[in-house]
Amino acid sequence: MVKKFKNKTLAWLDYRLPVFSVLHEALVTHPTPRNLNYWWNFGSLAGITLLIMIVSGLVLSMHYVPHVDHAFDSVEHIMRDVNYGWLIRYIHSVGASMFFLIVYIHIARGLYYGSYKSPREVLWGLGIIIFMLMIATSFLGYTLPWGQMSFWGATVITNIFTAIPLIGDNIITWIWGGYSIDNPTLNRFYSLHFLIPFLIVGVVFFHIVALHKFGSNNPVGIDLTNKKEKIPFHPYYTIKDLFGFGIFFTIFSLFIFFAPNVLGHPDNYIPADPLVTPSHIVPEWYFLPFYAMLRAVPDKLLGVIVMLSSLFILFIIPWLDTCKIRSSKFRPFYKQFYWIFIFNFFILMWVGSKVPEGYFLIISRISTIYYFAHFLIVMPLLGKFEKTLPVPNNIFVISQKK
Amino acid sequence: MTRNIFFYLILCFFFFIFSSFNSYSFDDLKLKKQNWTFTGLFGRYDTGSLKRGLQIYQEVCSACHGVKRLRFRELQAIGFTNEQIKEYASTFEILDGPNDKGEMYTRFGNPGDTFIMPFQNEQEARAAFGGAYPPDLSLITKARKNGPDYIYSLLTGYEDPPVNLNLSDGLYYNPYKEGKIIAMAPPLYDAAIQYIDQTNPSLHQLSYDIVNFLNWAAEPELEKRKSLGLKVLLFLIVLTSLLYVTMKEIWSRIEK
Repeated sequence: MVKKFKNKTLAWLDYRLPVFSVLHEALVTHPTPRNLNYWWNFGSLAGITLLIMIVSGLVLSMHYVPHVDHAFDSVEHIMRDVNYGWLIRYIHSVGASMFFLIVYIHIARGLYYGSYKSPREVLWGLGIIIFMLMIATSFLGYTLPWGQMSFWGATVITNIFTAIPLIGDNIITWIWGGYSIDNPTLNRFYSLHFLIPFLIVGVVFFHIVALHKFGSNNPVGIDLTNKKEKIPFHPYYTIKDLFGFGIFFTIFSLFIFFAPNVLGHPDNYIPADPLVTPSHIVPEWYFLPFYAMLRAVPDKLLGVIVMLSSLFILFIIPWLDTCKIRSSKFRPFYKQFYWIFIFNFFILMWVGSKVPEGYFLIISRISTIYYFAHFLIVMPLLGKFEKTLPVPNNIFVISQKK
Repeated sequence: MTRNIFFYLILCFFFFIFSSFNSYSFDDLKLKKQNWTFTGLFGRYDTGSLKRGLQIYQEVCSACHGVKRLRFRELQAIGFTNEQIKEYASTFEILDGPNDKGEMYTRFGNPGDTFIMPFQNEQEARAAFGGAYPPDLSLITKARKNGPDYIYSLLTGYEDPPVNLNLSDGLYYNPYKEGKIIAMAPPLYDAAIQYIDQTNPSLHQLSYDIVNFLNWAAEPELEKRKSLGLKVLLFLIVLTSLLYVTMKEIWSRIEK
């Protein structure tokens, strides 16, 4: 279905380069389930946040100096001397937290409504790749201000590579570009921090292509066959997404203008000092659950394996979940386990901020085991034994009930 | 139902942030919380307090500490005229150079110079203070958890050490400092200086004023940030309401 443009120039160009008709299909006519709730706003929110991060980051890169002697000062130069530099920097630093908040909710929505199930396994996998690239980008970005937490966070995380048997020490020297974290490390981290967001944009493109192949999943989780069940993307979802942007920008602004540092760590306003270790090294809040899993295991190599597995396991959940019904609405038992899983994730986040001793260590171990048990035991078994509720064959039955 | 969960999750998130950030403290010692004028949505600096704070910095703190990210010209924001700033800056002697003969020389300060520490380098400072290094104060209120209350508590929190603790010379006991031992002698006490504006220089007043000054040095953009923030919020609330009404109008076409 190729759109015919009235404007002759546009029609001429589109005939040869069909980007306009593709965009028209994606943003205007794309048939979308009419029953999507507000949880489906978070995809477009993630997109706009990525854009905000790239634009604000580009401006920051024009003033930032990636050198161990100047990085911290150049960030303060941005904060004090560059016109509205404080605004651009706070947009970027708060934006990183907002991006993760949005993407966590986006993933949680996919888990609840079974958006990873056939035929959307690749769509889901691409999303997980985006999430992993985001983790890499934000870790690299956090080292750039070269404060105490930047330096020591980078030390802790790069030390993970020494867990690799036999060649670990050689690999870390290669990654650092020397025998300790120093100027070559900062330079390459800056260069990679600039590169990876554009890789994310590329994967987002594939994520959208895969999405448009079968269209969005929906709260009922059934394939929509009736034409009346779908509505054009524009104006219904363009306006709904814009409303979502409005709510998000309001929350975002509250942080930027009134609590810009509440999500960060005060130690990062102390210039990096390789001779002074902070009493308590913690990553940003969005890494805490994974940090908790890393430290829950007494062995270094096993800890790293557990942490990486906690991410990679997300790729295979379309096959671990044996239930054919997508939406948790019709899975009364899975729904309970889902909320326990979410609660457990918050517990991991909380213990991740604590020193792993005594009760905290025990809690982090139980929570880590539960995290994996949810995917490896609950998902495969519930699909076989759960008594599910009857699934309607169209979405109107549900909306009439309400 | 969905909306409730939505709200609940966001609440969880905020709860988590605030609870976790309180948990970084070393023990249960509560900071002496003050009513700062610069907190909250409408936060503003108290210019009188900033001026008194500058006087304290100059007469007490500057003997050891620098505020190297603060330029003299920025004093405009606390009510100095350009002439006053030039005059004030010229009371400082700045090491500059090399000149065209390759020699370093001292000159009078100008508005573009900063409040540097009174030492050539870290080593000289450490040698003067028995190994301790007085940190630069430009970002001190941002570099500590609950910075303003922490600095206030630290300055007013000096105590005699417990009987079983023998402190060597040049070390002092302060329960608010991590490790409780601090190399800075109690810098402020009642009537430590005489205020130009005749305010009573109690320990509370002195500590309160210097924290105001240091917070301003750390966040000189604060007033601009908050006033712009209010406008942005107002705009976004109106825009979002309009978008909501528009959305309801458009969706009413199919909800019949």
